[in-house]
Amino acid sequence: MSRIQTRFAALKKEGRGALIPYLQACDPDYDTSLELLRAMPAAGADLIEIGVPFSDPSADGPTIQAAALRGLKAGATLGRVLEMVRAFRETDNETPIVLMGYLNPIDSYGPAEFCFDAAQAGVDGIIVVDMPTEEADLLDAHAREADLDIISLVAPTTSNSRLFHVLREASGFVYYVSITGITGTNSASAADLEKALPRIREATSLPVAIGFGISTPEQARTASRIGDAAVVASALIKTMASTLENGQATERTVPAVLKQLEGLAAAVRA
Amino acid sequence: MTNTPSPLSPPLANSLRSGPDDRGRFGIFGGRFVAETLMPLLLELDEAYRAAQADPEFRKELDYYLKDYVGRPSPLWFAQHLTEELGGAKVYFKREELNHTGSHKLNNVMGQILVARRMGKTRIVAETGAGQHGVATATVCALFGLKCTIYMGATDVERQKPNVFRMHLLGAEVKPVTAGAGTLKDAMNEAMRDWVANVADTYFLVGTVAGPHPYPEMVRDFQSVIGVEVKEQITQAEGRLPDVIVAAIGGGSNAMGIFHPFLDDASVRLIGVEAAGRGLDSGKTAASISRGRPGVLHGNRTYLLQDKHGQIEEAHSISAGLDYPGIGPEHSWLNDIGRAEYVGVTDEEALEAFQVCTRTEGIIPALECAHGLAHVMKIAPTMAKDQIIVLNVSGRGDKDIFTVAHHLGVKL
Repeated sequence: MSRIQTRFAALKKEGRGALIPYLQACDPDYDTSLELLRAMPAAGADLIEIGVPFSDPSADGPTIQAAALRGLKAGATLGRVLEMVRAFRETDNETPIVLMGYLNPIDSYGPAEFCFDAAQAGVDGIIVVDMPTEEADLLDAHAREADLDIISLVAPTTSNSRLFHVLREASGFVYYVSITGITGTNSASAADLEKALPRIREATSLPVAIGFGISTPEQARTASRIGDAAVVASALIKTMASTLENGQATERTVPAVLKQLEGLAAAVRA
Repeated sequence: MTNTPSPLSPPLANSLRSGPDDRGRFGIFGGRFVAETLMPLLLELDEAYRAAQADPEFRKELDYYLKDYVGRPSPLWFAQHLTEELGGAKVYFKREELNHTGSHKLNNVMGQILVARRMGKTRIVAETGAGQHGVATATVCALFGLKCTIYMGATDVERQKPNVFRMHLLGAEVKPVTAGAGTLKDAMNEAMRDWVANVADTYFLVGTVAGPHPYPEMVRDFQSVIGVEVKEQITQAEGRLPDVIVAAIGGGSNAMGIFHPFLDDASVRLIGVEAAGRGLDSGKTAASISRGRPGVLHGNRTYLLQDKHGQIEEAHSISAGLDYPGIGPEHSWLNDIGRAEYVGVTDEEALEAFQVCTRTEGIIPALECAHGLAHVMKIAPTMAKDQIIVLNVSGRGDKDIFTVAHHLGVKL
């Protein structure tokens, strides 16, 4: 079983959903983001999503855009992100790591080489925002060969028939983009989620993570109960950004994010 | 208006004009690299566009607006004084700057707005660089009473003030984008963010032959009216096709519009002129084909200015309309198969051509097409006097007089 399968199976036994915090690699610098990454499991992260900085994050709101810029300024490259995952795996071989980013850096690295290197580094899954099912053949075979899950995204605009098309060969888990919009802006209501999830579960037996617009402990709890996991990204980055001075980390940076993460985890576990 | 085959009719087999394939690709270029949220909309748009193509009423409606509102056909002007000054090939101007709103942009916008209306969309978003596409979009939104939001880089808002004011007068909301260098690339990102957040009622009216399929194909089809007319007009004037066609390229819509009807006419050399900015090797350039490599941005695979890690680089050009690190995917393909050539012209050369054109022909060209003219000025003297060059004068330069004055050290 993959780390992702093992983790979701264990949580199912526990009878709760997962909390998936997000951090942008090298935001605001390599060491701080690695320190944060290493501390996240103890603070309640069940899986972790690492954003790969890209110059033109067209599906992201202002918070993650700014984080990506900070990451790039601090020298983030795809190779550096994999280095970070390798460093994390020295102390944690259980928490699943999913990379989320845009296609061009992967394309530039070389799809086959990237899938191989990512799996070697200890990455479990990848989410490529601008690679819909129609273009996924670029990575599919390489990912399968490397035992890397390509996490499929579905959205409120994905029709019932399209859900079957998109999720036919999905693996790992399914990421439900719960709003039509960019990250960190609007939120879906519990009622919206209650309506959407049965539609998705018709088309897949994989766990469903809900993301985009989840910021409070209450929202995280609701999403992790209606779905199988809640992804919290912009809210954590906002907290981190508020601790920076002149774009640099301070001694408050890591503790502030971890404290917020603990609050989210408590709600998901309550 | 014309008896030549409609650019919207199905293309022939064994033709360079038959692309894209059913995945929206021209060779390896093009495609649909967008978030899943947008994918169903692109499929819906594709369907709506195919239905419009097949509907004679749509063609009739478009022809009506092109003739009586846009002012087509645009003339083909023999630039006699310029020809004499250059002392070589005969130079003709395709006068797209005479269209309503002052550029070729309205050809595409008119077509797409009719598609958007057929789809029942009530709000339009668009990106703009120089503001020509923004003005054209705001214009048709005023005409049809649709809500209109235009994203424009903050740098471009500053250097294209007259167009910003025009858009305001036309009732559009202009949103300056401060991300990145505040130019066309950033405006495109922001327009895509708006679209994804407002998918139910909003139509994204792309201004160039780039973006996810079917935009490159659709914009090309609507702009092909330029080349179709040139074919008829030059045949009437000279009894034959031109030897060379030259057009400036940012995203590449005016170039694709004039090139496409000639793709199967092997005797016609097609030359796209990219903005070299301060020089192709200065690091301050917008020449995506000359100095970029294939990658994925804004929904398509194409030549991009990018670093070795796949991060997109800022483009640089004196012309806001050419200041983009990518190019339409069909151009990338035409480059790779060798059917079209792509060359660079610097800011300085464009400024010089701008003044020559104004002085010899009494036509103030947009800085975009001044790049095309600068290349014409290089090659015309090397050609025989009975040879023919057609330059697409895609826009008028009134919007650029502040930029030009600034560079000439004149205070307005």
